Amino acid sequence: METYYDPADLPKFGQIAEGNPDLARKFFAWYNAVFAEGALTAREKSLIALAVSHAVQCPYCIDAYSKDALEKGSDLEQMTEAMHVAAAIRGGASLVHGVQMLNHVHKTGM
Amino acid sequence: MDGLVQITEHLASLGVDLTTEAGGPKRATSLLSRRVPLAAPEAQLATLDAVPLAAGDFEAAIAGAGFEGGLLPAKLEFFQINIGKLCNMTCRHCHVDSGPDRLTENMDRATVDACLRALDATDAHTVDITGGAPELNPHFRYLVDACVERGKHVIDRCNLTVLLVPRFRDLPEYLADRGVEVVCSLPHYRQRNTDAQRGDGTYEKSIRALHRLNEVGYGQGDPRRRLTLMSNPAGAFLAANQAELEGEWRRGLQAEHGITFDRLICLNNMPIARYLEWLVEKGQLAAYMERLTNAFNPAAVAGVMCRNTLSISWDGRLYDCDFNQMLDLEVELPGGARPSVHDLDATALQQRRIVTARHCFGCTAGQGSSCGGATA
Repeated sequence: METYYDPADLPKFGQIAEGNPDLARKFFAWYNAVFAEGALTAREKSLIALAVSHAVQCPYCIDAYSKDALEKGSDLEQMTEAMHVAAAIRGGASLVHGVQMLNHVHKTGM
Repeated sequence: MDGLVQITEHLASLGVDLTTEAGGPKRATSLLSRRVPLAAPEAQLATLDAVPLAAGDFEAAIAGAGFEGGLLPAKLEFFQINIGKLCNMTCRHCHVDSGPDRLTENMDRATVDACLRALDATDAHTVDITGGAPELNPHFRYLVDACVERGKHVIDRCNLTVLLVPRFRDLPEYLADRGVEVVCSLPHYRQRNTDAQRGDGTYEKSIRALHRLNEVGYGQGDPRRRLTLMSNPAGAFLAANQAELEGEWRRGLQAEHGITFDRLICLNNMPIARYLEWLVEKGQLAAYMERLTNAFNPAAVAGVMCRNTLSISWDGRLYDCDFNQMLDLEVELPGGARPSVHDLDATALQQRRIVTARHCFGCTAGQGSSCGGATA
């Protein structure tokens, strides 16, 4: 069955270099530098990536960073808390717009 | 059968029945007790060989890393004695297929003495005692004492829960008095993954055992009371980076339980025995083998443990490592001889080529993996 998302496409990520090797090289170098151990640990960055993957709803990223978080030594409870952070920000981002709604109601209502 | 009688009498004196939950957590049962085909080493090797892999030839992989003639021994440093397969636990990932039902495969006194004579014929500085739960062997303390007398560094590979067996209450103190390093299994510093891999209740018992080790001076920076924690992944993924995790484990165990330790080592799971069965059942075998071969790390090859370790089985046979031991892949000298601990010739052994097969990718993946942790 043809689908927009295919797990077999994830390992082919490197093929995006085909149209512009130089940009791809720069992207992957930067990407690897981003995830290197720094002021944050590699494990913390992996959990952030897992949370963001849920926020941007990227199935490739969710697969990749579920695996990565486990390999970095995180357990299900820690991964679930990270996911809830993403969900809370998404939910909060909707709700906080309610202030705009309220402003409108107060401005135009009686 | 004398050995069996002795083990049975020994077990009767422990104050708890090892086959029960009270004797130790149980996550699985042994392959052998279920008489499944995968209990046989040949079936395990065949299962691994049948996995379609783009780069599944280990000898070709290490040739690419500069080891064209295969793996040759370096200086012998570790004398690893697998004193028996008896265990009070049955963890899901056990590469030994240990359990409370393994009553017959345990080292007798004559073989222990042969090991000591062989040890004297080598320059190995460390005796690494493993199992099973090695403490369950009636000759465990005799072996430890004899190695300590010889000035060897001794390692007890401990499952922690065995320290709660009533008869072994004095074990932490006994080990501390002799400066024995305790290397204990703890897959995660939190409960979930620990119990998932080793059985419900393991975590709580392990924490109690770690407290006892701390109480007698282990885990506080004293080189004669070294407490090493050993983590295996609870699933079909690679081991974490031990250096990156150690700080977090330290903070976590200290904050939650007031426990301290000296170092953390992380090991990959070897796709053999019960872990292999689990991979097959989960439909994860091909993915895991791909993961291992894709993560082949040339820099991890030089430090693989088979190069500086000699592994001895309960019946005195010799192997390049504990994994080869479980797969029945004995050391092989040029000319095909397979010496035992009774006719160990250290010089001749140095001439051998290390026996490898596909499971060896477990030791060269990622950070590299050995009984001493990462190798790269």
